Amino acid sequence: MPRRLLLSFLAAGSLLVAACGGDDGDDATAASAAGAGTEGSASCAAGKTLKEGALTIATGDPAFEPWVVGDDPESGEGFEAAVAYAVAERMGFEKEAVTWVRTGFDEAIQPGPKTFDFNLQQFSISEEREQVVSFSAPYYATNQAVVGFADSPAAKAGSAADLAKLKLGAAAGTTSLTFIEQVIEPDSAPYSYNDNADAKAALESKQIDAIVLDLPTAFYVSAVEIEGTTVIGQFPAGDGTDEFGLLFEKDSPLVPCADEAIAALEADGTLDRLTDEWLADKTGAKVLTV
Amino acid sequence: MQQEPTRRQRWERRQRRRSIAVAALSSTTALVAVVLAVPRLPGYRKVRAAFFDGEIFVDTFGPLARAFLYDLQIFAWCAPAILVSGMAIALARNARSPALFPLRVAATVYTDGVRGVPVVLWIYLIGFGVPGLLQSRTWSNPVLWGSTALIVAYSAYVAEVFRAGIESVHESQRAAARSLGLSNTQTLRHVVLPQAVRRVIPPLMNDLVSLQKDVALVSFLGPVEALRRAQSFKSSLANFTPYVGAALLFLCVSVPLTRLTDHLLQRERRRMSATAIR
Repeated sequence: MPRRLLLSFLAAGSLLVAACGGDDGDDATAASAAGAGTEGSASCAAGKTLKEGALTIATGDPAFEPWVVGDDPESGEGFEAAVAYAVAERMGFEKEAVTWVRTGFDEAIQPGPKTFDFNLQQFSISEEREQVVSFSAPYYATNQAVVGFADSPAAKAGSAADLAKLKLGAAAGTTSLTFIEQVIEPDSAPYSYNDNADAKAALESKQIDAIVLDLPTAFYVSAVEIEGTTVIGQFPAGDGTDEFGLLFEKDSPLVPCADEAIAALEADGTLDRLTDEWLADKTGAKVLTV
Repeated sequence: MQQEPTRRQRWERRQRRRSIAVAALSSTTALVAVVLAVPRLPGYRKVRAAFFDGEIFVDTFGPLARAFLYDLQIFAWCAPAILVSGMAIALARNARSPALFPLRVAATVYTDGVRGVPVVLWIYLIGFGVPGLLQSRTWSNPVLWGSTALIVAYSAYVAEVFRAGIESVHESQRAAARSLGLSNTQTLRHVVLPQAVRRVIPPLMNDLVSLQKDVALVSFLGPVEALRRAQSFKSSLANFTPYVGAALLFLCVSVPLTRLTDHLLQRERRRMSATAIR
């Protein structure tokens, strides 16, 4: 009996080793095939995408307004959906050549192969993240803003010092939580939530006094999602300013193409036009002092 | 003068040496296979960088450990409360008097109903629902209501474990105790429960280890405990290493906890029976 056990261990070990050898080979062929595709293409993005002649774009699941209207990016409605199609067009992909997939943040940064050419869901560009993934030039910049009930004492806050006395919350995994801890430095530890829906529940049950989030989402939340709330204010550009970029697999050859496209969209005023069309007027919120 | 070992003792010693050698050889083979094979996989470097980045581990471990105190606190007050209420529910389910029939029904409905609902829903329902009803700033503490939700959910599981223990004590034990003149309550207290509890300690520990991990669910209500802190680091650093750090912290509690129970049980078994069968 022990001898049989030993033999099966040995067999399992050799199988493992054999299996790895096989994978090595596959990877090599895949890499050379990808390399061959890039040569001799006229357009910048041609041959560099996941699927030949098509652009696969990822967004959140679900995607939130005002970034994507009605969780339906195919409609091209909502700021990010519109920007995605505009960028795709500049990169040489017609509307029909664009396919959408859905990912969470984790799927975007995981080490395995990516399911998308680029991913946009308000990803803030940061040095740390650029160690793992690549970003395009920013397509939008926003400041942190604060939302609370219009009839609560929180609504009277005019500075970071006023806010520091309150119980604050933010969606986890956003730059807002870091912003609260490092810039506002509140007296009591801030709370963090899975998403804005949970933050809203906490606000409604008086567990927190205010939510910190990016300005366009703040306007949307206060106007549409939670009745009776208002944008208490926005922070001036600086520490808390987030620049949203398209997220790519690390060192993707598509990044220069997207940068070119975004530069062109900025130059011809398309980005400004889309901002006006889909996002609330930034000047509507008072500026808080830090 | 030392006694010459018998033939049987010599044979047993040979057998023992042989099994040790085989175990050592097979373990080494398995280990070597893994150590040699895994780095040969094509994505090894990427995965190592994403999950086992030494620098990130060192930088984030301190804040994670501080956040883990939160988990420990919640566990520390939830566990005794769950054991007490679980036992109360189990006793209610086993109530024998006909007058206590409604209590028995209530306990049955409770365990069936509560266990059927995911713990996350209890966390949301009690954590956001009750403060929503009260609308009071003083009674809105998410840790308080999150702990309550954990106690509500886990009491049902633990009650079933206790019930199984109580029912595993043979009816003849009860009969013997009653015939000696012990009352129903005395029988339960001095005869049934001591045996029942001893028998269910391993499954009970199972529930406690699982509770220790589910404590992290309280973070859904806002408190930034270890797992949430790890998520926040993961998101800003775009790296999963902080989760590995958090996992190590959880292991630091659950491994000694299970080893201790194993040890206690083994001692108990040795005490109860003259020899242990290998």
